[in-house]
Amino acid sequence: MTSQKSADGGSPGTAALARGQWSDRVLDDRVHRSLYTDPAVFAEELVKVFGGRSWVYLAHESQLPEPDSYLSVTMGLRPLILTRDRDGVIRGIFNRCAHRGATVCRDESGTARSFQCPYHGWTFRNTGELVGVPWPAGYGPGFDRSRLGLRQVNRIAAHRGFIFGTLNDDAMPLEEWLGPALEWLDYWIDRAPDSEVLVRSAAFQMGYRGNWKLAYDNAGDGYHPAFSHRSLLEMAARMGDAKDMSYFGKTPDEGPMKLYALGHGHSVIDQRPAYDGPGSFWANQRPQPGRERFEELIRRQYPGDADRLLDLCVGSQINLSIFPNLLIIGNQIQVVRPLAVDRTQLTWHATAIGGVPPEVNTIRMRTQEDFPAFGEPDDQANFEEVQRGLAIAEHEWIMMSRGLGTGWQETTENGSVKTAVTDELHMRHYYEQWMRLMEGEPA
Amino acid sequence: MKVPERYADASSWSYHIDEDYYAELDQTRSLFDEDWPEPGPAALYEATIFLTREARLIDDGRFNHWLDLFTDDCLYWVPVAAGGGEPRTEVSHAFDDRRRLTDRVYWLRTGLAYSQIPASRTRRVIGNVDVFDRDPVTRLVRSNFTIHEFRAGITKLYAGWYAHTLVKTGQGWQIKVKRASLLDSEQYHENLTLVF
Repeated sequence: MTSQKSADGGSPGTAALARGQWSDRVLDDRVHRSLYTDPAVFAEELVKVFGGRSWVYLAHESQLPEPDSYLSVTMGLRPLILTRDRDGVIRGIFNRCAHRGATVCRDESGTARSFQCPYHGWTFRNTGELVGVPWPAGYGPGFDRSRLGLRQVNRIAAHRGFIFGTLNDDAMPLEEWLGPALEWLDYWIDRAPDSEVLVRSAAFQMGYRGNWKLAYDNAGDGYHPAFSHRSLLEMAARMGDAKDMSYFGKTPDEGPMKLYALGHGHSVIDQRPAYDGPGSFWANQRPQPGRERFEELIRRQYPGDADRLLDLCVGSQINLSIFPNLLIIGNQIQVVRPLAVDRTQLTWHATAIGGVPPEVNTIRMRTQEDFPAFGEPDDQANFEEVQRGLAIAEHEWIMMSRGLGTGWQETTENGSVKTAVTDELHMRHYYEQWMRLMEGEPA
Repeated sequence: MKVPERYADASSWSYHIDEDYYAELDQTRSLFDEDWPEPGPAALYEATIFLTREARLIDDGRFNHWLDLFTDDCLYWVPVAAGGGEPRTEVSHAFDDRRRLTDRVYWLRTGLAYSQIPASRTRRVIGNVDVFDRDPVTRLVRSNFTIHEFRAGITKLYAGWYAHTLVKTGQGWQIKVKRASLLDSEQYHENLTLVF
């Protein structure tokens, strides 16, 4: 953390983006609006924060289901092809012809052993190796194909199916970087009986006209649900019981739910203490299409195991944020994809799991259609209105001070900081990491 | 299927969506992909008027009246996957039974849905209407749509096609399944909270 500075101590200039200047824009309790509005800041963070220095999430292994599968993704603004070769090795390959720069792959996913650039016909294996150049004699005798493969992402690593990449040769090992976030991610994965998570459904590619960090600010925010989601809570209450999330409205500062800052900008909200015992997740979920008939079938067919199966149809009750771009919410994998300083794509991948009767996955889909329809759009409307408010150049600061001076925070055994779910600690925490990345410190 | 008495109110309970329901959905979907014989003028006229009237209720924001057009075992379906995908293993923008559709209308009318403050203004044009009477009480109607939406300073255009499964009841034709397939359903969308 930087030292506390007064807001009237002068505004940070918008001149050259020099090393060390970020400490003028990220204070202990507030952050400067230009981090959300300045295209120059955006250009720099999209290089440094999104892959240049940090690990970033790329995809789930189940999206590359067989040998020679590929998937188009982005690392910041850089188009990438993730490929699985015939031996199963996963690579991140820049989708940019070594010749004149055209993308060589224009489909979103599929299987291919090689990619031929549509512009001049250069052909590359799915390992990146250049294997064909039309009429190569035209390049003269010194032409060396072996040096002209597709450029690859320096490091690709996966934790139990979650694939990350970085361009930083010196980045710490993936699992060290995940740190205490690992056990939360493992909890989420191990909810599936065989730890098998499947990302196969078409995804919601939602977008909003606001900065990408607004999504990150919100993902760890236990303060907003009682207000931002009033429409959803009121809708759920039309049948007499507000269900899931209503507990955010009941003295959340003192409630049993907690926020944990997990290091390297990661954080998690744990909603599980608001529930009690098997069957409680299910009982508190807003109703899905087919719910009553399905519950009857499950209770009849699996009498000893029904509560466990029913709970698996409902979200994990943790919101895990892996900085900068992976948000695990309920049963969904949400990927933050910045498009411009004031435009962001949030891709919601619904997940299915192995080891359960197929009907369980069907009801999971119906559960995963609820919040994206009736919750997330109101959040994104508020993000857009924040972006609109931040147009006022003279009103420079965004507060992130909630929880300071309260004595709420305590450090746990593994080094996480535990606090009230309404603490804005998650913002202060990831901005420390953001500054380290932007200033080029080891991150 | 017999719905138990205590689940009879479909705006509060959902008993009828089971494997048979999904199977029937598949069957009807395949009929929508076939070439149909030329419809009679009366059927075409009736279907066109029905779609026009339904469009007007939505565009005027009369969502409770719109809801009245649907049967108790209805489905309002806006798939994500181009062509509809596999609803058993994939999510949809909307896969609303009567209860969730009632929720959707209730949600729109709470006055608290910030994604609908201000509310979307929409106007839709429906054309290329085609009709196939599967049996005397089941009518399939296929049509193309364009929807212009204006909200919060932004005008957007959606194009796609509707597949309506209508059933004849004591109150005339009602909607059993309405599927709205967007041309770009699986692509990037901002604030997809309008009614299709």
